[in-house]
Amino acid sequence: MFRTRLARGIAAGTAAGALLLLTACGGTTRDSVEEGGSERPAGEADPDAEIPEGLTISFLPKQLNNPYSTFANTGGAEAVEELNGEFKEVGPSEASASSQVSYINTVSQQGADAIVIAANDPNAVCAALNSASDAGAAIVSYDSDTAPECRDVFINQASAEGIAKTQVEMIVEQVDGEGQIAFLSATPNATNQNAWLELMEEELAKPEYSDIEVVDTVYGNDDDQKSFQEMQGLLQTYPDLKGVVSPTTVGIAAAARYVSDSEYKGKVAVTGLGTPNQMSEYVKNGTVEEFALWNPKDLGYLAGYAGAALSAGQITGAEGETFSAGRLGDYEIGPNSEVILGPPTKFNADNIDDFDF
Amino acid sequence: MAPEVTAPSSGQGAPFGPDRAPRGGTLRRLLATREASVLGALVVTVILASFWVDGFFTDRTAGFLILDVTAIALIALPMTLIVITGEIDLSVASILGLTSAVMGQLWFLGLPLETIVPLCLALGAVLGAINGLLVTVAGLPSLAVTIGTMALYRGLAYVILGDRAVADFPRSWTSGATQRLGETAIPWVVLLIAALAVVFGIVLHATPIGRSLYAIGSNDEAARFAGISVRMTKLWLFVASGAVSALAGVFWTLQYSSARADNAFGLELSVVAAVLLGGVSIFGGLGALPGVIGGVLLLGTIRKALELADVSSDTLSVVTGLLLVISVVAPNIVARLKERRRPDTPSVPAHSNQR
Repeated sequence: MFRTRLARGIAAGTAAGALLLLTACGGTTRDSVEEGGSERPAGEADPDAEIPEGLTISFLPKQLNNPYSTFANTGGAEAVEELNGEFKEVGPSEASASSQVSYINTVSQQGADAIVIAANDPNAVCAALNSASDAGAAIVSYDSDTAPECRDVFINQASAEGIAKTQVEMIVEQVDGEGQIAFLSATPNATNQNAWLELMEEELAKPEYSDIEVVDTVYGNDDDQKSFQEMQGLLQTYPDLKGVVSPTTVGIAAAARYVSDSEYKGKVAVTGLGTPNQMSEYVKNGTVEEFALWNPKDLGYLAGYAGAALSAGQITGAEGETFSAGRLGDYEIGPNSEVILGPPTKFNADNIDDFDF
Repeated sequence: MAPEVTAPSSGQGAPFGPDRAPRGGTLRRLLATREASVLGALVVTVILASFWVDGFFTDRTAGFLILDVTAIALIALPMTLIVITGEIDLSVASILGLTSAVMGQLWFLGLPLETIVPLCLALGAVLGAINGLLVTVAGLPSLAVTIGTMALYRGLAYVILGDRAVADFPRSWTSGATQRLGETAIPWVVLLIAALAVVFGIVLHATPIGRSLYAIGSNDEAARFAGISVRMTKLWLFVASGAVSALAGVFWTLQYSSARADNAFGLELSVVAAVLLGGVSIFGGLGALPGVIGGVLLLGTIRKALELADVSSDTLSVVTGLLLVISVVAPNIVARLKERRRPDTPSVPAHSNQR
């Protein structure tokens, strides 16, 4: 009884499916839809507009209680306070794609003048941001961009060129301008890291760096254990190695940990991109002289000013417009409505305790 | 246990004294149900929030609230029926995610949406049927089966879409998904939820099938001897659960205009929470659909009101958690109190004297 009814159910289902496939001609397909990328309505910018007091600027990080975004938003709070506005930080406790939507709706309902968001998904937040924008909020993305048509301005933490150049400067200085160096990267197909590696090699090909030889690039897959072993392998393979650049926070920490417990401490330079909290131990014990990363606090600060400038009408997000961002000075909006924060910040024994992220 | 602890709202908070007739008319019986307490709590919450929270009592709030809880509300309908039979389906959020991933991939490959949507619903039914067959034919506990398929389906979603996101769905469809009703701020999807709620409500409360679900939940051995096709019924419930989860997945994908493998990760817990808060017993045999709708709306309303009042998301989780614990513990305490005051009545299991 059970089996026959079951079989009948399955047969009916299959028949329905087949019928469906047969009728599947015509309809809305990916090719039939022309995406008329809706441009954001660009009003006239008034560079002399005053920033009014009491602007409500709401920051939506990817998730709350993440040291990085907490530190970034201290910068946002600083900017909003300087502008005599009201700073708000809201967001989900888990960094999921759609969880931010409810918060966007809420701050829009509360009448936010500007929303500063680090998007968990470039597209999932779009509809909500657009309706917030219709309700009068200026939209700034920072840290992690939304789809370009859903925000007025994106505050980019650093340009690839800036990141590559800073790392080259650091390693050249730390190996005194000559000798063998190697790269310890993330995964072989990591987009960011590959772009930086390429730019670093271009930079190192310049005549003034002719005494520097890049002997190898190894991949630690952004895994602590693997990065540690790769670092070990590098030092065994190249006994004359003078320095290692690791443009990934996992890699540089693993490399520093290996070197700090080995005979190479103080002899092999380790630098790259890392976070101050992870690296502070190795800077203080002399393993690492200097490393870099963008300063999240400045990122939040700049985003706060950009939101206020947009809300006041000083800028609309068009390329070439400029605005002033307090202690960071003046900024110009680049292509794609992007504003670049500037070269990364270098961290060393003198300043590392000022950063908590 | 502290005897002064009472149910979250009035309905059930006043235990019957020994001198009053415990079955005093239909109205009183109705008021004493857990559904009534949930609906009462909902009304109280809405009134309090309207007074205390700026901008709460607007149709915009209602519109956002409905969109926020749409997936939970849809999936909670079949989940209610499943939990009443004493089973559970924890794979619903993964079915949603897998549907979303498949929808994205098929769209990416160039199939028309008019074909993709029915295919996705069929896929959901098949995924549900796999759950159902493992539970009924293989005779495995649904908790174990659906924890397994929860991981399996989510894993398949990642196999299909990886960490990519497909987002170029046509605007007419994505904004159509969140379209408002006429001049109001209420999204049309409320009609879809209402229609499905009516269907599931009628099946559960006004048909022999519905009665058999309660019978199965109370004692499926006895139900089988009474001539109820327990396995077939359960199988179809899982199929319905899969299909509705897939429907929620299609809607989710269009609503957020983003097909991702991790869509609705962890949503199954919100669904189960809403169902239990709505007065359905996790042991089966008890519960009603209006209570569950009340539970969904209560959780959504509290969340929205606290968000508008600038309460942090961590506090929000604490409040929601507490509410759930209370909703599960309170009926037991009330039942014990009643038992103590009426020592001469035959003792009954804690959860079975509310209906």
